[in-house]
Amino acid sequence: MTAEAGAAAAARAANGMADGMADGMPGGAPVLAVEGLEKRFGGVHAVAGISFAVGAGELLALIGPNGAGKSTTFNMVGGQLRPDGGRVRLAGQDITGLPPRRIWKLGVGRTFQITATFASMTVRENVQMALLSHHGELSGLWRPVAKRHAAEADALLARVGILDQAERGCGVLAYGDLKRVELAVAMAHSPRLLLMDEPTAGMAPRERVALMALTARVARESGIAVLFTEHDMDVVFAHADRILVMSRGRPIAAGDPETVRNHPEVRAVYLGTGKTSGGH
Amino acid sequence: MMELLLVQGLNGLASAASLFLVAAGLSIIFGVTRIVNFAHGSLYMLGAYIAVTLFAVLPRDQLGFWGAVLLSAVAAGLLGALLERLVLRRLYGAPELFQLLATFGVVLIVQDAALLIWGPQDLLGPRAPGLRGAVYVGEARIPLYDLFLFAVGPVVLALLWLLFNRTRWGTLVRAATQDREMVAALGVNQRWLFTTVFFLGSLLAGLGGALQLPRGQPATLHMDLDVITEAFAVVVIGGMGSVPGAFLAALLIGMLQAYGILVFPKITLVLTFLVMAAVLVVRPHGLLGRPQGAARALGAGVEAVIRPAPPALRRLGLAVLALLLVLPPFLGSYAVSVLGEIAVFVLFAASLHLMMGPGGMASFGHAAYFGLGAYGVALLVTNFGVPMLGGLVAAPVVAAIAGAVFGWFCVRLSGVYLAMLTLAFAQIAWSGAFQWVELTGGDNGILGVWPEGFLAGPLPFLYLTLAVSIGVTLLLRRVIYAPFGYALRAGRDSPLRAEAIGIGVRGVQWRAFILAAAAAGVAGGLFAYGKGSVFPTYMQISRSVDGLMMVLLGGVQTVSGPIVGAVVFRGLEEQLLRLTDYWRAVLGAAILLLVLAFPQGIAGAAQAWWQRRGAGTGPAAAGTERGEAERAA
Ligand SMILES: Nc1ncnc2c1ncn2[C@@H]1O[C@H](COP(=O)(O)OP(=O)(O)OP(=O)(O)O)[C@@H](O)[C@H]1O
Ligand SMILES: [Mg+2]
Repeated sequence: MTAEAGAAAAARAANGMADGMADGMPGGAPVLAVEGLEKRFGGVHAVAGISFAVGAGELLALIGPNGAGKSTTFNMVGGQLRPDGGRVRLAGQDITGLPPRRIWKLGVGRTFQITATFASMTVRENVQMALLSHHGELSGLWRPVAKRHAAEADALLARVGILDQAERGCGVLAYGDLKRVELAVAMAHSPRLLLMDEPTAGMAPRERVALMALTARVARESGIAVLFTEHDMDVVFAHADRILVMSRGRPIAAGDPETVRNHPEVRAVYLGTGKTSGGH
Repeated sequence: MMELLLVQGLNGLASAASLFLVAAGLSIIFGVTRIVNFAHGSLYMLGAYIAVTLFAVLPRDQLGFWGAVLLSAVAAGLLGALLERLVLRRLYGAPELFQLLATFGVVLIVQDAALLIWGPQDLLGPRAPGLRGAVYVGEARIPLYDLFLFAVGPVVLALLWLLFNRTRWGTLVRAATQDREMVAALGVNQRWLFTTVFFLGSLLAGLGGALQLPRGQPATLHMDLDVITEAFAVVVIGGMGSVPGAFLAALLIGMLQAYGILVFPKITLVLTFLVMAAVLVVRPHGLLGRPQGAARALGAGVEAVIRPAPPALRRLGLAVLALLLVLPPFLGSYAVSVLGEIAVFVLFAASLHLMMGPGGMASFGHAAYFGLGAYGVALLVTNFGVPMLGGLVAAPVVAAIAGAVFGWFCVRLSGVYLAMLTLAFAQIAWSGAFQWVELTGGDNGILGVWPEGFLAGPLPFLYLTLAVSIGVTLLLRRVIYAPFGYALRAGRDSPLRAEAIGIGVRGVQWRAFILAAAAAGVAGGLFAYGKGSVFPTYMQISRSVDGLMMVLLGGVQTVSGPIVGAVVFRGLEEQLLRLTDYWRAVLGAAILLLVLAFPQGIAGAAQAWWQRRGAGTGPAAAGTERGEAERAA
């Protein structure tokens, strides 16, 4: 198969997934549907036409070598970057180019490849901020934060396994723990879509599998659609319902883990590069 | 009419020459070292004063005159290089705010040094030999020296172009301006490069100062800050680091001033800063500037976790409050007035801290809101006989309105650009008070703003001042611990994360800006009643810097820092004023000491000490964190 034909086939597969999901959805539209997304940075075509869909309770892994355009895709879905082309729909609603806070309000939580937390706040306070925002209480001028939604925050921290760190400042936390804080923050909003850019980077191998298992369980229980990327293939193949492989901004394969694992071009482009890296 | 326009235009071009020299130097220095150098104005001033001295000692012929001009420029260059080696070199890695403050400390020291050497009177220089005459276009008289100055700008621009494009050193400077890391990677001797860049930039400033004299403009002790604010405007408009940009902008400002005086004689100064504000908003990097790398955080260690005050501290705060309640009747009238002033400045510092600390927005113009509050009160009282309660309500309203307008622009920027814009707005407010004489009395201020009724006595007024100042300060503290304060801090810590959880960072910052302005307005209103008068000096840069000093002295990352800082700062200043005529130099030295050796401030140091020794009861730690009684509000 030529590269062009392969890309076309992958695009068909990805779109087919989108259609398939749409058919299977009770409300008609998948939670997230991305069509022909594009982004250029100067001369670099970072994302050159990506389409996919994720349904409720489903985990879609977006994988590819370094620089493939995964984070760029995440940022276009989350609103951090404005796409140069294509559409992003959330449960049928066009959210292309909306600012991140509007997208968050519509029920999208996310984690970042390079963790973004509030360094001058404790772990608990980080989650409390998300909860305050969730409850629309951010403008409060009087009642101190300390006493607001603390129990709810602790429950989320317990879920991701860092309740014992609740009092510590995020500025001094280990990287793997920061990833957990981000997950708790993202969950605080009871999102319908969770975007996770390398959620387990910086963790020990066993922790990674455990954290993704937790995410998968929560997602299935609460019907959250999850789009994630990972460099650890064990994590990807263990938990993804479907996988979309991209390289240099283009899709090269899509389907269930088994199909993708055996896809010749994936093996060449991606797995053929040798070992997988554990993030940055 | 045509002739008037011509004369004004040429006049504008002539003043543009000096401005261009100063601004080009500032811009080159910023481009390479990323330091916004307040002391650049001091080198301009020194260039002028040294020239005055040299004109007097060197022979009064062509050679003596031009020799004096060049020697003054070289002397300023050498002083600039010395400044870099002694002070600024230690600050390249420091937060921008500290760099700005340190260079302002140098300004204060140089002012007093000049006062000591040359005395307080303005000094005139000679006319240029051979250029004393004038040419006439119709009725319009154009001095030959002005014609000479027209040529200076383009000639220096051309020389700089040659220097930057035809020498290895110039190539390095250009490379460093574009990408500092790359130069470091190339193994260039960075120290040498920085020192020589300071030499060149300061030389240009000195040249600008020396060349102004023969136009009949004297060397004065305030020419440093006068020129530096204008040069900031020019550099910001032209684009930081761009010499051609500085040239364009200097022309623009020169012409604007020259023609502005015909059309809007009252607001020529305002015009400059309005243009600057407009450019910053439309083209944040200036007309010919390039985006600089991401702005560094402004305050040092601002990520420190803010925790509720420990019980010991609360008890101490309550004790201080109780003391403030019972003590005043036993104080002398001097102590009463000083205490009231300190209370006002505690509030002023606390309001600035809200912006700088949790907000992460370093304002170099916070005095504007203090001054606008004061002027608001004074104008209402003297023009409409508004009663005191009305005045105290109006003060924050006036300041908040200004804060809403200025802040709307400011929150669109960050780092030095934000600091510059806040400075520009403060200069607008200041020049309004200074130039709009019919309304504000100009330099003479507005007198007769006294408290009335039973509050007219010093003691009742002190109680009012204490109640309002402490009350509002405690409210601000409350806000810092409330969701709004947290949201503000969230936007400072990580705008990316804040937006991703639904916090509109700019909106929060804007509201904080307004709140801080309103609180500063309350302080200004109280101050106006306390002094019985208002003056443009209330809005001067140095008053804004006082505020910054208070916050940093106390420690920007602690909530009690501004309170401690204001008390210590005003207390020290009061003592200094009584002890020495050279209090500016002492203050400047204190700023340098603070920034170089003690960046976390008093409350910061106390907090670190407290945390090291565990959460016991520590009289020493609590002793510096006075006033921290949130519950007492
Ligand atoms: N802000 C940006 N400006 C310029 N180029 C960018 C920017 N962000 C990403 N790129 C480029 O776009 C391409 C895709 O980057 P992206 O970060 O999306 O890759 P990725 O798949 O997430 O890689 P990784 O596995 O390393 O995280 C890369 O070539 C990168 O250099
Ligand atoms: Mg990435």
